[in-house]
Amino acid sequence: MIDFDAFTPWLALVGGSLIGMAASLLWLGTGRIAGISGIAGAMIGKSGERQAWQALFLLGLVGGSLLAHLASGGLFEPRAGYSWWLLLPGAFLVGFGTRLGSGCTSGHGVCGIARLSLRGLTATVTFMVAAIITVFLVRHVF
Amino acid sequence: MRNLIALIAGGVFGAGLYVSMMANPEKVLAFLDLAGAWDPSLLLVMGAGVIVAGIGFALSRRMDRAISGETFSTPMNTAIDRRLMAGAALFGIGWGMTGYCPGPGFAALVVNPTEAVGYLAAMLLGMVAFSWLPARRD
Repeated sequence: MIDFDAFTPWLALVGGSLIGMAASLLWLGTGRIAGISGIAGAMIGKSGERQAWQALFLLGLVGGSLLAHLASGGLFEPRAGYSWWLLLPGAFLVGFGTRLGSGCTSGHGVCGIARLSLRGLTATVTFMVAAIITVFLVRHVF
Repeated sequence: MRNLIALIAGGVFGAGLYVSMMANPEKVLAFLDLAGAWDPSLLLVMGAGVIVAGIGFALSRRMDRAISGETFSTPMNTAIDRRLMAGAALFGIGWGMTGYCPGPGFAALVVNPTEAVGYLAAMLLGMVAFSWLPARRD
């Protein structure tokens, strides 16, 4: 059952295009993949891995989100009352899993598929299926 | 040059995460919840992202070096192995449990700092925990 009230096709297309443009800019501009798990992971990695550009990318990310938030006057309300028992262990799994699998939605999903990488596509299908099953269990079973 | 480009690219990326509403975990979960009231918006987000990024990657094949003068850091690992599958599965479970993936975790700092800080702290802990594992002999 498609929720047409919630569906925001134009924001989705514009936002997605911005994400794609950012990935293109980082690749054409510096030769690096816009994979957030890798960029964030380098921050806690060995000192050799940690470079200024990664911190600046993340800083820019927060800044860009802030600018969009202010310019739009707020597109959505913050979620309230979500279970910390889901949020914290889930986040831990995201951190561990993205390191183990070497990527996330931006690295494997956007960049991987855009580069026509079978590895990226496989990873994306895998985490999508895992996420869908998890949401089904959390929302409709438990 | 590299640092300036990274900062700007980050800015555009963050704006994209916000505008697309990937930074809104409830919207993400509504997309992942196929059995509920399904919101397909994120399909368009990823579709547009992949197509636009695809243009960038295709253009780069005509270039020797990136604009900054550096060589392209082309990912060398093409293996589809158990590490990839296990890692992707664990990430997917965590994404489904939280509604946030790493990028949106950062973007959400401006909307929901309480959840975002908690999420990022636990995510970083998970990354650190992985780094403590003994190195594999591949």
